[in-house]
Amino acid sequence: MKTHTHQLCTFHVDQLNLGINVQQVQEVIRYQKMTRVPLAPDAISGLINLRGQIVTALDLRCRLGLAPRGENELPMNVVVRDGENGVSLLVDRIGDVVEVDDELFEPPPATVHKNVRGLIRGAYKLSDRLLLVLDTARVLDECDARSGTEARLAS
Amino acid sequence: MELADKELIAEFVVESQEGLAKVENQMLAIEAAGANIDGDLVNAVFRTMHSIKGTAGFLGLARIGTLAHGLEEVLNNLRNREVVPTSELVTSVLRAADFMKGLIDAVETSGDADIEPFVAELQQFRPGAETAPSPTATIEPPVAAAAVQLSEAVREFLVECRDNLDQMEHDLVALEAAPESEPLLRNIFRTIHTVKGGAGFLGLSALERLAHVAENLLSKLRDGQRPFNPPTASILLTTVDKCREGLSLVEAQGSDNGFDPQAVVQQLLELEISGAPSPAGAAPAASPASTAPPTPPPASAPAVTAPTAPAKAPVAAAPTADSPDKGHSAPADTTIRVDVALLDKLMTRVGELVLARNQILQHTSNLEDSAFVSTAQRLNLITTELQESVMKTRMQPIGNVWAKFPRVVRDLASQLGKQVRIEMEGKETELDKTIVEAIKDPLTHLVRNSVDHGIETPEKRVAAGKPAEGVLSLRAFHEGGQVNIEINDDGAGLNIERIRRKAVERGLVSADQATRMTDREVSQLIMLPGFSTAEQVTSVSGRGVGMDVVKTNIERIGGMIDLQSRPGSGTTVKIKIPLTLAIIPALVVTSDGDRYAIPQVSLLELVRLEGEQVERGIEYVHGAPVHRLRGKLLPLLYLAEQLDPTKKAAFGTEAAGSCQADQVVNIVVLRANDRQFGLVVDKVNDTEEIVVKPLGRQLKNLGEYAGATIMGDGTVALILDVMGLAVSSGLAGEMRDQTIAGGINSEVKASDESQSLLIVDLGDARRFALPTSMVSRLEKAQSSAVEYADGREVIQYRGAILPLVRLGQVFGASTDGDKQPDELQIVVYAEQGRSYGLVVNRIVDVVDTQLGFDPQARMDDNLLGTTVIQQRVTDVLNLRNLARHAAGARRVFAN
Repeated sequence: MKTHTHQLCTFHVDQLNLGINVQQVQEVIRYQKMTRVPLAPDAISGLINLRGQIVTALDLRCRLGLAPRGENELPMNVVVRDGENGVSLLVDRIGDVVEVDDELFEPPPATVHKNVRGLIRGAYKLSDRLLLVLDTARVLDECDARSGTEARLAS
Repeated sequence: MELADKELIAEFVVESQEGLAKVENQMLAIEAAGANIDGDLVNAVFRTMHSIKGTAGFLGLARIGTLAHGLEEVLNNLRNREVVPTSELVTSVLRAADFMKGLIDAVETSGDADIEPFVAELQQFRPGAETAPSPTATIEPPVAAAAVQLSEAVREFLVECRDNLDQMEHDLVALEAAPESEPLLRNIFRTIHTVKGGAGFLGLSALERLAHVAENLLSKLRDGQRPFNPPTASILLTTVDKCREGLSLVEAQGSDNGFDPQAVVQQLLELEISGAPSPAGAAPAASPASTAPPTPPPASAPAVTAPTAPAKAPVAAAPTADSPDKGHSAPADTTIRVDVALLDKLMTRVGELVLARNQILQHTSNLEDSAFVSTAQRLNLITTELQESVMKTRMQPIGNVWAKFPRVVRDLASQLGKQVRIEMEGKETELDKTIVEAIKDPLTHLVRNSVDHGIETPEKRVAAGKPAEGVLSLRAFHEGGQVNIEINDDGAGLNIERIRRKAVERGLVSADQATRMTDREVSQLIMLPGFSTAEQVTSVSGRGVGMDVVKTNIERIGGMIDLQSRPGSGTTVKIKIPLTLAIIPALVVTSDGDRYAIPQVSLLELVRLEGEQVERGIEYVHGAPVHRLRGKLLPLLYLAEQLDPTKKAAFGTEAAGSCQADQVVNIVVLRANDRQFGLVVDKVNDTEEIVVKPLGRQLKNLGEYAGATIMGDGTVALILDVMGLAVSSGLAGEMRDQTIAGGINSEVKASDESQSLLIVDLGDARRFALPTSMVSRLEKAQSSAVEYADGREVIQYRGAILPLVRLGQVFGASTDGDKQPDELQIVVYAEQGRSYGLVVNRIVDVVDTQLGFDPQARMDDNLLGTTVIQQRVTDVLNLRNLARHAAGARRVFAN
C-alpha cells in the first residue's frame, strides 16, 4: 500500500511537532553562520553560504508567531527547495523521517492557534502524538507580502 | 531500417544542422568565386551532404537521403567543374538545403515530405540530361507524392513558406537599397513562385491568387519593364505580411477559407498596370510558370542557366567513393552546439571557483610558504583566464539585435514619407547574452525615435541643404571593458526651445530654471519621466514608452546613456553598458560590523576625513549632513542609518557630528542617475571581483540590495543597489532638481550677476541669507511689545500691525522658547504688498555675491536652496513661503 503513505521529515519548533514531505527537503544541516539582512522581514534571519549557493534562512519560530529561541540555543537548518534558490527553515530540533498513512490525516484542528493554522495543511494522528504538516509553499510565500517597510513600521 | 535508436537520430540532427548551417556561407562564397571554383570549399559542402546522405540512409530517413543525394550530385558536378556555380544553382542548392533543415528539425515526419520539387530543381543543373544511377544503394526510391498525407504536406508547406517569406522580406529591404541587383530580384521572384506553386498544389486558391498577382508584378520588375521603387517595395512587403496572415489561417484551420487578399491584390494590380508600358507583353511571360503549380522550377531558370549548363560527360562515380575518408579528416567542424542552460551552469561553477580562488588568495597573504604562494598565484591566473573564456561562450554579437532594424527603419520611414538609410558598424561586437536581451527594447525604441523624430522629411532636408535621404548609423565597439553603442542620425537635432517650453508646461522645471539651462542640459530633460515632445501622438512613438524608460532600462543593467544634439545636423545617443552582469568589480565596505559590496560602476571617488577634518568637512543644511566636495555640496547618507532607521538619532545630526571629532569618516562618493551623493561607511575594505547572486524571492522587494555574493572568507555579503538606496533615502525624488541644479550652478557662475544678501543667524551654527532688495528695514523691538492677533504674534509698527515670523520656530532652532532675549531683532520685508517681520537672532552681515544655490539640497519649503557664502554653508530663505507662517494674521491686517 505504498501509494497511501508519505515520508515526512519531522522537526520540532517550540512545542510543535512539524513535518514536511521529504521530497521537498534538500538537506538538513547544523547551525551555520549567517549574514543578517537589514530591513528584511522579521522572519528572515539572514543569508547562509551553502557550498556556494546563497540560501535565505527563515526562522520558523518567528514565522509561526512563537516565542523567540533562547540566546544559547542554536537552530538547525532544514533546507527546502524554492524554485531556483533554496530556503533554510530554522528549527529547534530535527526528528526522524517517519512514514505516515494518509488515512490518519485530518485538516488542521480548530484548537491550533490562528497564527499557525494558515500555515499547516493538517495533522497526522500518530499513535503517540499529533504531527502537523507544514504548508511550505505558504510559509515561504506570504513572507513576500510582508515587505521590509511594513516590518520597519511594525517594529 | 527502423527508426529505433533515438540517440543516434538526435546526434544526426545536431550534426546535420551544424553542417547545414555552414553550407549557406560556403555556397555564397562559392557563388562569389564564380567559375574560379575553390575545390576545398566545394568539397566541404559535398562532404556535409555526403555524410547526411549516408547517415540518413542508415537511419532509414529516405526523403532526407534522397534530397542529400540530389545536392551531393550537384556539388560533385561542381567539384569536377562540369557546371559553373551560377546564382540560380546556388539558390537552388540553398533552397534545397533550407528545406532539408526543416526536414531534419522535424525528423519524425520527414518521411511524408514532398521533396520532389527540390530534386527536380536540382536536376536541372546536371551536365547530362539523364538521371545518373544512385551511387549509394541504401537510398530508398522516393515515395510518390500522391501518397503523402495532406496535413503533413500542408505542414511542410507552412514551414517552408515562412522561411521563404522571411528571406523574401530581407531581400526586399536589401533590394530597395540596391534596386539594380538582379540576383535579389530573382530570389524574390522565385520565392513567390514557390509559394504560388505550393498553394496551388494544396488547393489554397486565395493564397495562390495573391502569389500569382505578386509574381506577375515581379516578372515585370525582373524583365526591366518596371522600375523597382519604394511604393513597389511597400506593396510587396505588404504582400509578404498578407501571405503570412494566410499561412496562419491555414495553420489554424487547414484551409485558406476566409482569407481575403483582395485589397492587396487590387493594389498589386493597380501598380502593375500603372507603371507598365505594355502590360500585355508581360503576362504571357509569367503565365507558363503559373500553370505548373506542383513542380516549381522557376520559369526563368532554363533561359539563364542555358549558357552555363553544357551537356558534358556524366558524373564519374570514383570521386564519390574516396570522399568519406577525406570527410572525416577534414577540419570542417570546428564548432559544436551547446545547451544554453549548460553554459549558465558552467558560469555558476566558474563563479564559485572565483570565490574559492579569492578565499585562497586571502589565506596566502598571511603565509610564507613560497611554493604554496606561487601555486596560488598560478591558480589565480588560470581562474581568471577560465573566467574570461567561459564568459566568452555566452557572448553574442550585437548584430543579432540589429538584424531586425533594417525592416523596422524601412517600414517606419515609408510610413512617415521619409527616406532613411541605415548603416551599421561593429555588428560583430559581442556582449553577454543577458545584456543582449536587456538592450533589445531600448535600442529599438531609440531607432524608432530617430526615424520618427530625428530625421526630417525629404522636402525639409532638401530645403535645409541636406541630401533627401537621411542616414541612421549604428555603431558598436568595446572600450575600457565596456560596450559602447552609438545611435546617430543626421536629422534636425532636438528642438531645444520646444523641449524647454514643454518641460515648463509639464512642470518639470520652472520657467526661470529653464531659461538658465544650457542647451545640453535641456536636451537631457527628454529623459525625465513624463516627457514627450511629439506634437502629435503618432502610431510610432508617443505610446508611453518614452526616453525615461529607455534610460531606466539601460541603467538597470549598470549602463549609462548620454544624448548629444547638434541643431540642424542630428542627434547622437551614446550608450555604455557593461560586458557582463554575472561577475562585476565591486568595492567592499563595512557598516555596523557587516560587509557590503558596492558595484564599481556607480563609484566615483573615496573621501576620507580624519581628526579635525571631520568637524569641518561635514556641515548641516537644516539638519541634513553635507560635505563640500570641491565647492559643490554633496548630500551624505549614513549607511548604518539607512539600513537601520532606528539609529536615526545616532548619525547625521549635529549632535552626533561633534562627537565624531576623533573618528575617521569614510565617504564613498556614488552616482545614481545624474546625481551624486556620499555614502558614509565605517570602513572601506577593498575592491574585489564579485559574483552576483540573486536574492531569494522573500527578499526581492528590498530595493536597497542588488543581490548577494560570497566573500573570500566564505561569508555572504549583500550587494548594495545604489539607485535603490538613493530612492529609499528620498534622494531620488530630488534627482530631477539635481540635474537641473548642476545647470543653474554653472549658468549662474558664468554670469556676472551678483546680488546683495543679508546674512542672519539663529544663534547656532546655521546661517541664512535673504536678498536685501526684499528687505524694507531692520528694526529692534522689546519682547514686551509683542501682542497677539488671532493667536499670532504681531507688533505695532508705524501705525500698522506687523505679523511676526520667528525664524527660530520655523527652523526649530536650539534657542529655548522660555528664555527669549529682551530685545527682538526684526527684519521687515514686504511680500505681495504686505509687510512681515522676521525675527532673527542676529544680523551677521550684508554681502554681495553671485547667488548660485543648489536647489537639490533643499529640504524645506521655506528655503530656496543652499549656497556657500564666505566659505560657509548658508540657507537661502524663501520669503514668500515664510510669509505664510503669518497667514493667520492676514485677515486682521492689511497694509
